[in-house]
Amino acid sequence: MKNFLKYREIWLLAGIVVLIGLISTRFPGFADPANLRQVFNDTSILMILALGQMVVILTRSIDLSMASNLCFTGMVVAMLNATHPAIPIPVLIVVAVLVGLVLGAINGFLVWRLNIPSIVVTLGTLTIYRGATFVVSGGAWVNADQMSPDFINFQRAAFLGLPVLSWIAILVIALFFLVMTRTQIGRSMYAIGVNPTASVYAGIDVGRTKFIVFCISGMIGGLAGYLWISRYVIASVEVANGYELNIIAACVIGGISIAGGIGSVGGAVLGALFLGIISNALPVINISPFWQMAISGSAIILAVVLNARGERRQGRIILRKAEAA
Amino acid sequence: MDTTAHHGTIKELPPASAPRLTLSGISKSFPGVRALHNVSLSLYPGQVTALIGENGAGKSTLVKIMTGIYQPDAGEIGIDGEVTTLPSAHAAFGHGITAIHQETVLFDDLSVAENIFLGHAPRTRFGTIDWRTMRNNAREVLETMRAGHIDADARLRDLGIANKHLVAVARAMSIDARIVIMDEPTAALSMKEIEELFLLIEFLKSDGKAVLFISHKFDEIYRIADRYTVFRDGEMVGEGLLKDTGQNEIVRMMVGRNVDHIFPQRAPKIGAPVLSVSGLSHPTEFDDIGFELRKGEILGFYGLVGAGRSEVMQAIAGITRTSRGTISLEGNSIAPKSAADSIEAGIVYVPEERGKQGVVIGLPIFQNVSLPSLARTSKSGVLKLAEEFALARSYTERLDLRASSLSQDVGTLSGGNQQKVVIAKWLATAPKVIILDEPTKGIDIGSKAAVHGFMAELVAQGLSVIMVSSELPEILGMSDRVVVMREGRIAATYDNKGLDAETLVRTAAGIAA
Repeated sequence: MKNFLKYREIWLLAGIVVLIGLISTRFPGFADPANLRQVFNDTSILMILALGQMVVILTRSIDLSMASNLCFTGMVVAMLNATHPAIPIPVLIVVAVLVGLVLGAINGFLVWRLNIPSIVVTLGTLTIYRGATFVVSGGAWVNADQMSPDFINFQRAAFLGLPVLSWIAILVIALFFLVMTRTQIGRSMYAIGVNPTASVYAGIDVGRTKFIVFCISGMIGGLAGYLWISRYVIASVEVANGYELNIIAACVIGGISIAGGIGSVGGAVLGALFLGIISNALPVINISPFWQMAISGSAIILAVVLNARGERRQGRIILRKAEAA
Repeated sequence: MDTTAHHGTIKELPPASAPRLTLSGISKSFPGVRALHNVSLSLYPGQVTALIGENGAGKSTLVKIMTGIYQPDAGEIGIDGEVTTLPSAHAAFGHGITAIHQETVLFDDLSVAENIFLGHAPRTRFGTIDWRTMRNNAREVLETMRAGHIDADARLRDLGIANKHLVAVARAMSIDARIVIMDEPTAALSMKEIEELFLLIEFLKSDGKAVLFISHKFDEIYRIADRYTVFRDGEMVGEGLLKDTGQNEIVRMMVGRNVDHIFPQRAPKIGAPVLSVSGLSHPTEFDDIGFELRKGEILGFYGLVGAGRSEVMQAIAGITRTSRGTISLEGNSIAPKSAADSIEAGIVYVPEERGKQGVVIGLPIFQNVSLPSLARTSKSGVLKLAEEFALARSYTERLDLRASSLSQDVGTLSGGNQQKVVIAKWLATAPKVIILDEPTKGIDIGSKAAVHGFMAELVAQGLSVIMVSSELPEILGMSDRVVVMREGRIAATYDNKGLDAETLVRTAAGIAA
């Protein structure tokens, strides 16, 4: 039991349960399974994005371009659907993932081969990818009436009681869980994040691994691009503007250390859910969106404080070593 | 305070002027390590005292106590005959104690004048910095040091190391430093720059400063210092005047020690050469390195810090590239381009810095052990956890690792047990050659014995070991043969039969017998 409580995900889960309880006192229907399913579905895209961001943060990097990637890829598939409505949706999803992969690979290449800090690379591509959206679309929007019914309805179709969007999120979560716990590349991400020098000595190619994580976040950005556009049925240059900060916030609340090496799939998912619940619940219980921002912000700081406490032990060991040297 | 009641070789000190700084009975321990025990040191105005000792003798700890960074556990600090404390670096600075390190602790992007007057810049009557006075004063200080060639407005970044040292000294002059500590100031200097530095030290002497000079190089010590103090294993073992003491006598003080550690008895069965290195060169770090490592052998590598031993090993391990030379393993020439290549070929390198280069704190023990073996414990990138765990279990058990569970974070283990994890991790790759860089540095006696016992076991099983070590007892107690490196080259190779510590120290320091 004591071991169990050590996992910060448990505390985050407890916090979410308390939050749902509190909201239920004001809005009794909130804890209904049907409503919770709705909240999960509403948060699906953020959860997927947070997982893509997580692998990047684990390796001591950051991807600020995810929302711009989403915007660009979403525009590309929306235009493709508008001009070629016959292309089946699964093919469009593959296209979205591949376009996202290219954008992610550009980030990864710059970080790996040119050794530019990822915050600088992705700050640049954040602007470039959004600019590229303007270039391909000529500034025009793709509206709901230009999209095929399949394009819009695919993610809304119910399957075993849940919308396809929720199933996609569950699939992505499961996939990330396997990658992070059961594969060599997942293990390498943690090792690099905690101790890049030791990883080099252990024969791990740090640069290549970073390239791969940016490819992963790019593919996730691309996938989210289709999901976002077909959910909000409008593609424009303004889509998801500034959303990269929500993604990073979900990661931080989920206990993923910005210093790298610490974090889990469960944490990222719960961090996203926490934000999803706040943005779903507060409007219905008549709390202004500004309070919502304040609550999200406080949650971030609280998460960082709690996590810093958890990591302090590690810092002390380093200090002791420095003293003994 | 009686400063002469110590064991060891104490020479009659002539009546000099009163010491400016006296340390007496200083002790300092860190968790698991006794860095200094009851040591004493006196510095006299207008004289240079050399502090001599092997790595780990406690020299750096003493410097940190003198500069207020560490607080001693016991002992007294006296300045001009008055007992005082140095609770902070600022306090030491206030007493006029200043240290010049191997890598100068200055600000690259500030100007020379700013570096000299940082923290005590002259002010105008409005409280802002009086730039003109500062520049003029800086020029004046540099002039008095005969270092007028340094432009007070130049950015420090644009200066060579020797000139940076001059700026550091100028800073010391500007605060009216009375005690100047030089911690291996010549390590990164050319011959000509060393000459300039010596002129400067002469100037400091004539100006009445008390200078502490730390160096590994005997020629420099005899050239510039008046007195010496020798440390060994955290204790003061001798002091006196250099003009009365020969180099060999000092070497004896450095290495003579009580044997407090029994090395495992081995009956080495040495076979055919496993690893042959010839003509291995690096543009800056080492040149023309050639040696052979035989099956079942422990080959010791001894040398001073900076002799290039670790750099050679890193090249063999594929971490740094070489410019020339060949490495062959069991007769096959190899050219490792990455650590993964070397591990694949069967050569592993266990790096020196356990914390930075060895364990991955935050990952559990079993994941640390399997890290370099992941390619073997996984199939097309998917981990086989049961195999991984079994691998970790078998090697940690052989090393007698004390942990409650293999899922425990390595960060929670003691230094000795962390070292065992590191060694287990490399053994798990099933290597032919294992290179251990300072394998017992900073770990307690018990863990040392375990590591030594295990090394003996490894070679008994037919593995070959290269052990880089700066600890003489370890080199003499464990090696079958010893390679001594000096300044990036191999100075000599000895059979460890009747080999004595003095020979090794002399070879490493380049002193003729």
